[in-house]
Amino acid sequence: MEEMKEAVLEYVIDEYVDEDDDIEVAFDTPLISSGIVDSFSMVSLKAFLERKYEVKLPDDEATPEAFDTVNSIVALVSKHTS
Amino acid sequence: MAYSDKTRRLFAGEIEAIKEKGLYKEKRFIWSPQDAEIEVEFPEGSSREKVLNFCANNYLGLSSHPDVIKAAHDGLEERGYGMSSVRFICGTQDIHRELQDKVSEFLGMEDTLLFPSCMDANAGVFEAILDAEDVIIADRLIHASLVDGIRLCSAGYDTFKHMDMKHLRKKLELHSDKRQRLIVTDGVFSMDGDLCPLDEMCDLADEYDAMVLVDDSHATGFIGKKGRGVHEHFNVIDRIDLITTTFGKALGGASGGCVSGRRELVELCRQKARPYLFSNSLAPVIVSATIRVIELLSQTTERRDKLEANTKYFREGITKAGLSVREGATPIVPVMLYNAKLANDMARDMYAEGIYVIGFFFPVVPAGAARIRVQLSAAHEKEHIDKCVAAFRKVGEKYGILGLDKKGIIEKYGT
Repeated sequence: MEEMKEAVLEYVIDEYVDEDDDIEVAFDTPLISSGIVDSFSMVSLKAFLERKYEVKLPDDEATPEAFDTVNSIVALVSKHTS
Repeated sequence: MAYSDKTRRLFAGEIEAIKEKGLYKEKRFIWSPQDAEIEVEFPEGSSREKVLNFCANNYLGLSSHPDVIKAAHDGLEERGYGMSSVRFICGTQDIHRELQDKVSEFLGMEDTLLFPSCMDANAGVFEAILDAEDVIIADRLIHASLVDGIRLCSAGYDTFKHMDMKHLRKKLELHSDKRQRLIVTDGVFSMDGDLCPLDEMCDLADEYDAMVLVDDSHATGFIGKKGRGVHEHFNVIDRIDLITTTFGKALGGASGGCVSGRRELVELCRQKARPYLFSNSLAPVIVSATIRVIELLSQTTERRDKLEANTKYFREGITKAGLSVREGATPIVPVMLYNAKLANDMARDMYAEGIYVIGFFFPVVPAGAARIRVQLSAAHEKEHIDKCVAAFRKVGEKYGILGLDKKGIIEKYGT
């Protein structure tokens, strides 16, 4: 679980945070509701999770709420990998 | 009654929630033709005020140009008011063909198809040319109409960081197994006024066998030495596969838009794009006036040259006044305030000073990037711009932000 959290956090920072952005992202940082990740570009994150963890995340579960923090993302992915 | 009190309360509650979030759009009424100086009723029911307009997309000042109005009258007299048909049944006149040819020539493209708006062009183009084997790779800050069009298409999609060509390369590599790759961007991004580096983008497109689509709505008519758009500015006219653009901004400002580009792609739109197939033909009055606009812009660059000079004059003035603006060369000049309330309050005070501008904040722009967006026009005279800068200086002084950079404003007001 911790390993997955670290991997997802690393991806989020690499994919969504610019070098000159003054933003710190932690496991519980709101991503969607704070505007770090918008609903349009959330697709990149979903594709990454499905590719890396070989899961299919149903659209009705891959909601902005479920994707709002690294913690909630990991909970969703874990549900489909366990 | 189907629309019961309970149902009414449900929707009224949603409107209240919009208001509570500070996202409610107030009604504003303009009592005059669109121009540099307009007469505005705001708030609704209040007395009318004459104000200088710095928030219109009337970049070339053609919305009320006498030649354009005359051409509209001629179109009305000679071709009637409406077509009462979609294009492919009995809604295409000779002037629709003429406008398409003129747009193709102006933009340097092979073919063009008219749509009721650029919103419709963007809604229809992707599904017409791509399918599930393909991928769309889009800049994260593209216009909402492109986002909607991409979501309506069966092709997969991915995004790259705003104007980050290294990130785009990464995404092109990731999707190299797809049948077709289509890179999608705005030419000029409407909130920041920045220009997409189309030369670098086309190099990547060549390297990874991708097509490029540019929405040039905030560029057609005035970016580039001849005003052809961002592809002219970067000297990549023949390397762009599709342009979508509007007649609702610089090109007279009424309505209508188009898809222009490679012959086969435009033909597929003609055969398959649903907003083209299932909505009415562009009205003759608009077609006739837009033909005249293209003729005017092909004869002289006077208006885009004046817009360029106005932009330079304003950018120099506003920077000297001590406001923080995003650097750039387009007539979209974001005065950065970072804090949503500050942007709203300052826009209201600017209106009291006779300057009509609007504050923008999340979710229209990224969180913590609130701003007042100023849009210059060739219809502005120097005294208009002087008045606008003076008002910003006065209002900026009131809020104590003159001379402050991003850090300073955020320290004072937060984000």
